[in-house]
Amino acid sequence: MSSISLNRLLLASKVINRKQIAPALLNFRLYSSNEKPKKTALYSLHEKYGGKFVEFAGFFLPVQYSDMSVSSSHLFTRNSASIFDVSHMLQTNVRGKDCIPWFETICPVDLKGMENGSSSLTVFLTDNGGIIDDLIVTKVNEETLYVVSNAGRMIVDKKHMLETAEIYKNKGNDVRVDFWDVSQRALIALQGPKAAAALQPLTDIVLNDLVFMTSRMGKVVGVECRVTRCGYTGEDGVEISIPADKANEVTEALLQNTDIKLAGLGARDSLRLEAGLCLYGNDIDESVTPVEANLTWLIAKRRRVEATFPGASVIMRQIKEGVGKRRVGIRLESGPPARKDAILKDPKTSEVIGRVSSGCPAPSLGGSVAMGYVSEPLKKAGTDLLVNIRGKDVACVVSKMPFIPSKYYIKK
Amino acid sequence: MYHTVDACLNLYSGTMVLCRMIRVASKVTRTTIRSQCCSRAMYSTEHTNRFYTKKHEWVSVKDNIGTVGISNFAQDALGEVVYVQLPEMGKSIDAGDECGALESVKAASEVYTPVSGTITERNDKVESTPSLINKSCYGEGWLFRVKLTILLCDM
Repeated sequence: MSSISLNRLLLASKVINRKQIAPALLNFRLYSSNEKPKKTALYSLHEKYGGKFVEFAGFFLPVQYSDMSVSSSHLFTRNSASIFDVSHMLQTNVRGKDCIPWFETICPVDLKGMENGSSSLTVFLTDNGGIIDDLIVTKVNEETLYVVSNAGRMIVDKKHMLETAEIYKNKGNDVRVDFWDVSQRALIALQGPKAAAALQPLTDIVLNDLVFMTSRMGKVVGVECRVTRCGYTGEDGVEISIPADKANEVTEALLQNTDIKLAGLGARDSLRLEAGLCLYGNDIDESVTPVEANLTWLIAKRRRVEATFPGASVIMRQIKEGVGKRRVGIRLESGPPARKDAILKDPKTSEVIGRVSSGCPAPSLGGSVAMGYVSEPLKKAGTDLLVNIRGKDVACVVSKMPFIPSKYYIKK
Repeated sequence: MYHTVDACLNLYSGTMVLCRMIRVASKVTRTTIRSQCCSRAMYSTEHTNRFYTKKHEWVSVKDNIGTVGISNFAQDALGEVVYVQLPEMGKSIDAGDECGALESVKAASEVYTPVSGTITERNDKVESTPSLINKSCYGEGWLFRVKLTILLCDM
C-alpha cells in the first residue's frame, strides 16, 4: 500500500480522516495547490453522518459514509434513493437579451429551439473541436440561462465564459455572467427509483409534470429552490439548487425519509460508469472531440447546418469522414477491474489499439465496467479485446452503453 | 490498534528489531534478512509481534515463516475489497517487490512484500471472499505466507 496507491483513491489526491492519521502519515496530505480545499454548505452534515472526506477538485467531499460500503451505497441508490452533495460544481447564471446567441457561440447546443424550462447536456469547445468541459444548460427563459459545470474546470470555465461574454458585449450585445460561490449556493442530487415519491410531499412542484431534462423553481420544504430532473447515475432523480444557508434544512428534511440515504463520490463514480456517462478529465478532455467521444448527438441538428460553433470545421469533417479512435464501453465479466490508462490490445494481432479512460467494479452487474478509446475498426459492440492489468492480458468485450438500462423519467 | 508515533521506530532500529526477532524465532545468530528489507522502515506496537511497513503492509514471523497482510488503516482507506490478486505459490520475492493487488470499487492498490523469500501459502479464502480483509485484516484476512530468506551478514 503505497502513499501513491492511497493517493489514487477515486481521483482524490488525499485521504482525510483525522482520527486515523498518525503523524507519520502526514505525507498523505501534501496539497497540490496552495489553496486550502473549500467546504460546501453541507460539510458539517457530512461529518454528522460519518462522511469520510477526501479532497476532490479543491473541495472536501465525502467519498463514502461510515454506515455503508461503496457497493452497498451504489445498490441502495439503484433500489431506493440517495442524496449526493454536488455543491462543488460551478453554478452560473447568465442574463441579458442576447444570452442565447452568445451561449451558442461557445456551445453546439440548439438553445433557440429549446423550450423555456428545459435543459440540455452540452460542451464548451476549443477552436479545434476539443472538449473544454461538459455541462448542463437550462433555458430558464429567453433572457436567462442557468449552467452547471465541473468543479475541476471551474477556473477554466469561468475564464472562458467571462472572456467570450466580454467580446460579445463589446459588439453591443447584452450578456451578464454571474457565478455562484459555494458559500452562496448548494446543489444536491437526489437519485434513485424512490427519489420522486420521496420528494413530492415536500415540494409544490408537480413532479409528474417535471420530465427528464426539464427544470423549474419551486418550494422544497418551504425553501425556494431550482429543481431539475437530471442526474449522473442513470436513475430517475433530480438536482436541487438551494441557497447555501438553507441547504442543511432541506437535506435533513429529505433524510427523514428512510428511503433516502447519503451517498459519496465513490458510489457516484461507479453509478455514472454503469450508466455510461463521461467523467471530465478521464473520458473526455481538450484532446478529444465530441465525435471521438461518441457524443456526436450533442451537435444539434440546426447547429450542424449553420456550423457556427467553435471547432465546427473539424467536427463537421469528422462527422462526414469519420475518426481514427472512438470512446466505447468495455465489459469484464470477471477478474480484476480495468482502470484508467490500462492498455487495450487486439487479441488477433497483440497490437495496442487503445487505452482505458476509466473503469471500476460494477456492483449492479458483477465483474467490472470501463470506458476507453479504441481504434475505429474495433469499436463495434461484441468485439473481443485484451486489457493489460498489472502485466497480464485479461479478456474483455466492447459493449453497448449504458451498461445498465437508463431509468430516466421520460413521458410517453 | 496500530502504530502511533511513540511506537514508530526509526528506519535503522526498526530493521534491527526485525532482525532480532527473526534471530530469536529461527535461533540463528548474526543474521539479517536481505538488504532490500533494510531499506524499508518497519514499525511495531508494543503488544504484538506484527511489524508494519510505511506502505501499510504488516508481517508477523513464526518459525521462519512470515505472514503478510494489510493494516487496518489501509483496509479502511481502500474500502470494501472486491478483488484480490495474490502472488503465485513457490514464487521467489524480494522485500519491496510488488506481488499482488487489492481492488475496491473506488481504487486499486498494489501489495508490496515487506520480506524476502518464497511464497509457501496463499490465503484462498480472501480470493473467494475479499471482504474478509475488511472484516479481519490481522486475522482471517491475511494474504500470503513467505518462507524467509535469511542471509548471513555482519552486524
